[in-house]
Amino acid sequence: MDATLNHSIMSSLTLAHLHPGDSATIVAIHAEESLHLRLQALGLRSGKRIELIRQASFAGPLQVRIGTTDVMLRRNEAAKITVCKA
Amino acid sequence: MKRIALLGMPNTGKSTLFNRMTGGAARVGNWPGITVELLSGKILLGGDMVEIIDLPGIYDLHGFSDDEQVVRHFLHDNVPDLALVILNATQIERQMSLLLQLKQLNLNVVVLLNMADEARKYGITIDSKKMAEMLDMPVFLLSGKYGNGYPEALQAIAKALRYPTPGMAEQLRSQLEQDEHLEAEMARVLQHAVQIPAQMPEHLSDKLDRVMLHPWLGLPLFFGIMYLLFQAIFLLGQPLQLWVGDALGWLRSAALEPAVGWLPAIAQGLLLDGLYNGVATVAAFVPLIILFFLFMAMVEDSGYLSRAAFLMDALMAKMGLDGRGFVMLLMGFGCNVPALMGTRVMRSRSLRLLTMLIIPFSLCSARLQVFVFITAALFSPAAAPVVLFSLYLFSFGAAILTALLFKGRYQNNEPFVLELPPYRLPTLRQMLLRGWQEVSHFLRRASKFIVAGVVLVWLLTNLPPAATPGGTDTIAGMIGSLLHPLFAPIGIDEQLTIALIFGFVAKEIVIGALAVIYGQVGDALGSALAQQLDWVQAYSFMLFTLIYTPCLSAIATLRNEAKSTRFAAFVIVWSLALAWLVSFLFYQSARALGY
Repeated sequence: MDATLNHSIMSSLTLAHLHPGDSATIVAIHAEESLHLRLQALGLRSGKRIELIRQASFAGPLQVRIGTTDVMLRRNEAAKITVCKA
Repeated sequence: MKRIALLGMPNTGKSTLFNRMTGGAARVGNWPGITVELLSGKILLGGDMVEIIDLPGIYDLHGFSDDEQVVRHFLHDNVPDLALVILNATQIERQMSLLLQLKQLNLNVVVLLNMADEARKYGITIDSKKMAEMLDMPVFLLSGKYGNGYPEALQAIAKALRYPTPGMAEQLRSQLEQDEHLEAEMARVLQHAVQIPAQMPEHLSDKLDRVMLHPWLGLPLFFGIMYLLFQAIFLLGQPLQLWVGDALGWLRSAALEPAVGWLPAIAQGLLLDGLYNGVATVAAFVPLIILFFLFMAMVEDSGYLSRAAFLMDALMAKMGLDGRGFVMLLMGFGCNVPALMGTRVMRSRSLRLLTMLIIPFSLCSARLQVFVFITAALFSPAAAPVVLFSLYLFSFGAAILTALLFKGRYQNNEPFVLELPPYRLPTLRQMLLRGWQEVSHFLRRASKFIVAGVVLVWLLTNLPPAATPGGTDTIAGMIGSLLHPLFAPIGIDEQLTIALIFGFVAKEIVIGALAVIYGQVGDALGSALAQQLDWVQAYSFMLFTLIYTPCLSAIATLRNEAKSTRFAAFVIVWSLALAWLVSFLFYQSARALGY
């Protein structure tokens, strides 16, 4: 676990890089306090599994799934969430 | 009287439960410490009357959104005797944080795990006894939709109310900043009392979403569904409305005219041509309103609105808005007022103001009444629904144009993060309750504004007594002539001008006012209009009515929500200017083209 964590921080793979159908583990959320709290309230915390379900057309928002909760967020916000695959 | 506060995250079925508890007999009221209005209802529970207050759904007690502050301030200044906390059982693992936050406030709490039926389908099993033991508060599984578990929960609520509130912590905020402790306790309770399968089975929502949110099918499907819905409302509602109108007209000639025959002519005129014609014309729209809100309730409760936000966000971003703004526009189709209030979820003031600037262009159900009536009177049955749909396009067009023009002034970089709830089939009961609420709201408005409005219209169009009713020598005629230079270039005559002035107060009055001005109701009013106007004038009138200003209540709400009289004034001036410009362009080009 630690090895993959370090690896992903170095390569800084973010949620915005994932493709539909990909699963990953959240490593860290780099967002200002209010967004951070909101993401946390929706279940996005480091260590949680997250799945990218789909992307809206015209570079629209992403649909992600954490446990039983589906959340949509823009690419801007997704880029603030670093993840590691597998 | 004891007070119960209903608390929970958004999408937990809180409002459904509130409606079930109060049977739809809710009122809107003000509370100390907060500036917004909340819904509350009184019910008989365990032999005593208690008051239930529906607080806004929040994710976090120490969040920064307006709703979260409202809840905090409400709890601070109106300590409830019991906090009824509703959690969505399918999302128990993240919703419990709110419960534990509330527990720390030392409130008297009863926990309801809603959507137990849905959780079971996901394979989530919850041991409510164990959970109650660990949390040291009563926990009940229920399905707010079907009412399972509801009677037991009510008993527990009545019982819990017998004990006094343990006390309210003084320093609310400092108490709440114990996230780490919360997380550990949450993990402990979840580990022992809840089992969640590692891999969720594919849900019906996933299958539906594969079609509804399809990369290139999604948007056309959305507009197709909307078009069909509005077609259905028109095709079903319009004959109903004419039928009720005719019935009310018959009542007048069969019963009312003989009954007031002994009164002097002016009193007869005021009662029959003023009050009765005006109110009857508005009342004829009740079936249409019911139908409209039944459909709205269906769309809102189904979870499709957040899909609309998902589909439209990319386009809305180009206008400086986000997907939620689009949902507010759709909500505005019902009534602009709740849509304006809905912008509270936005944190950035610029984004909120820009969204509030465009919501008034949303073609609300009151304006729909005007358009249904006029299109039915002036267009062929085949053309009428298309004309109506074109007005919806103009409604979007005005909103888009406004957003594009002003997005530079209201720049924001608010993040867009929104929950996507699973699809839900609304129950008939929910839809009927909602329909009833809207109709009673409509009738309340009718009794206030509309009665006063139509009586005033009658007086203006019949005074001074020597004048020809509705003629140019009446007060209304004089006002109309005064404004004539302004309205002539857009094809609106003196009589319609009077109706527009009253439409400023509430759009429901417009048709009522026309009924009074022409002294006709139902079909007869339609033919009177068709004789006075051609379709170009009628369409120009409808465009102006659509854009010129929302009603007085919307303006008041706008002012309150923006906390700025200047902003409200700006909205009025801009929409008047845009309305005149659009009507002018349409009317003059149609005439230039020889229509």
